[in-house]
Amino acid sequence: MSIFLDDSSKVIVQGMTGSEGMKHSQRMLASGTNIVGGVNPRKAGQQVEFDGGVSVPVFGTVAEAMEATGANVSVVFVPPKFAKAAAIEAIDAGIELLIVITEGIPVKDSAEFFNYAQAKGATRIIGPNCPGIISPGKSNAGITPANITGPGKLGLVSKSGTLTYQMMYELSDIGFTTCIGIGGDPVIGTTHIDALAAFEADPDTVGVVMIGEIGGDAEERAAAYIKDNMSKPVVGYVAGFTAPEGKTMGHAGAIVSGSAGTAQAKKEALEAAGVKVGKTPTETAELMREIIAGL
Amino acid sequence: MDLFEYQARDLFEKHGVPVLGGVVAEDPATAKAAAQQLGTPVVVVKAQVKTGGRGKAGGVKIAKSPEEAEAKAAEILGMDIKGHTVHRVMIAAGADIAEEYYFSLLLDRANRNYLAMCSVEGGMEIEQLAVERPEALARVAVDPNVGIDEAKAKEIVEAARFDAETGAKVAPVLQKLWDVYREEDATLVEVNPLVKTGAGDIVALDGKVTLDENAEFRHEDHAALVDAKDEDPLEAKAKALDLNYVKLDGEVGIIGNGAGLVMSTLDVVAYAGEEHGVKPANFLDIGGGASAEVMANGLSVILGDEQVRAVFVNVFGGITACDAVANGIVGALEKLGESENKPLVVRLDGNNVEEGRAILEKANHPLVTLADTMDGGAAQVAALAANGK
Repeated sequence: MSIFLDDSSKVIVQGMTGSEGMKHSQRMLASGTNIVGGVNPRKAGQQVEFDGGVSVPVFGTVAEAMEATGANVSVVFVPPKFAKAAAIEAIDAGIELLIVITEGIPVKDSAEFFNYAQAKGATRIIGPNCPGIISPGKSNAGITPANITGPGKLGLVSKSGTLTYQMMYELSDIGFTTCIGIGGDPVIGTTHIDALAAFEADPDTVGVVMIGEIGGDAEERAAAYIKDNMSKPVVGYVAGFTAPEGKTMGHAGAIVSGSAGTAQAKKEALEAAGVKVGKTPTETAELMREIIAGL
Repeated sequence: MDLFEYQARDLFEKHGVPVLGGVVAEDPATAKAAAQQLGTPVVVVKAQVKTGGRGKAGGVKIAKSPEEAEAKAAEILGMDIKGHTVHRVMIAAGADIAEEYYFSLLLDRANRNYLAMCSVEGGMEIEQLAVERPEALARVAVDPNVGIDEAKAKEIVEAARFDAETGAKVAPVLQKLWDVYREEDATLVEVNPLVKTGAGDIVALDGKVTLDENAEFRHEDHAALVDAKDEDPLEAKAKALDLNYVKLDGEVGIIGNGAGLVMSTLDVVAYAGEEHGVKPANFLDIGGGASAEVMANGLSVILGDEQVRAVFVNVFGGITACDAVANGIVGALEKLGESENKPLVVRLDGNNVEEGRAILEKANHPLVTLADTMDGGAAQVAALAANGK
């Protein structure tokens, strides 16, 4: 099995007809994702032709797309200015899984649409500012390259896109059930804990790699969760030991404030919870490989 | 972006939060004129630096005449407060303080909503109060879609245990501070102290505001709040080139793609550098674009850092193809010509890695070394940087 996304997922793309949307829809289709529609009110009724002879209809709204196709997943590529409206539209339509790829959304907008979704209670959000989610061999919703790794028995949850790719590559010999990039913004929908809980419940996942970075205390809370709730082995990696205080390191959420949010504190919390933490991505992969070999 | 106190004061005023007169000055003569303009018998000359503890450091002084304000400004301007040079002072009208309170509203990342904190014991370091007497600091969750309306303001002042009369005066000020938070796209609005004057009025005496840089597209006026004097020249250059760059204190220049991978690269270089006595010099994320232009811009910023002795380019080709990155590096070296004279270690993996490595091998540039792995590349670049020292 996999978590949140599998071969029965029917995916629509909000912002499909934009340049990023077109590029990544093409890539998702090539990796086997069942894309059933795009959304753009100005191009409703049109068909978009992709390489490989795939023709995807464009709908005026998410609700129309869902009604016509039975879509249950939406991937959002619209620019930051319009991302909140796109998310609210999808939440109103009752989409099950909403993946917001867009980087640079004001945190107020994310806080508003996240809390709106919580109040409605029907939508899981992944992101924003994330690569999305891939269940190798089944479906790929977002911008994760599908050719790095095949299916296998590990789970991966990460704040960072390229570190996700790096870790998928390092452990491609074992493979993954699902890899989720939860995003590097201060407010995100799905958290490390949500993903860990889902991997714990997934019978095909035998171990989980968790990648964190400076900022906030999500890793510390995940550590407490792992200690109390996880029976499967978890290996961790934290980026940003050399980050200076008060500087945003690329991701809007990656900032050490005073003594809070440091990589050292996160590493210590994870180790106190029994999680082995690698010094480098390669060492982290090696730790996981050793654990899997001993199972 | 953190604002100076005078900028926060101006934003408060714009949204109807009660503040006292305050004028910013960059030289003593202007400070004198500002004191005359304010016309109050007493003014306070306050250093404008983005750090706490100004008072203890001697950066806040009382003046009883415009001449005295001029003299105090001359003392404070140019001071160093915790590594921040004072370039400006605010001349603030003197306040008749009867009581001091605390209020802040901030993003609560863990709960993904906002958190209002309020106390009838203001003026002191709030971190200290939170540790020593947590019961004196009210913490109230605020729904981003509702904000601080009348009911929420009432809830906050009651939780902070204001007496009924004072609470009734404070509550509308909290609603105005919510307007600042929401309408300016802030992630922090803090007032410490919020005071009651002898006349019983509520006034925000000192404010701290952090604005969300992702929201700049709907706040054209926020660009004017950036402090050019405080900006590192290399960071300013990188920003103008649309590069995500943070200057650090070290010898190994770093270029990578993706914030997480670049942070990780800094760490790996720092470990490898321990035995050579070298450290990473910067954070630079070139994102998905690795054209010759982006690569040349990135390299030119890094080479502008005189401390840099060697550069590590660490790219995992996800969406970005390694052959494009390799062409970018080759093109950048051509563009930069002789101005690029530092050794470059390049590690490529992922999408089209064979093609990318072949391009660099063919170019056979004397300064470029190819690394097989990230950890190996970090060791190579640390050794090169140590040699160049």
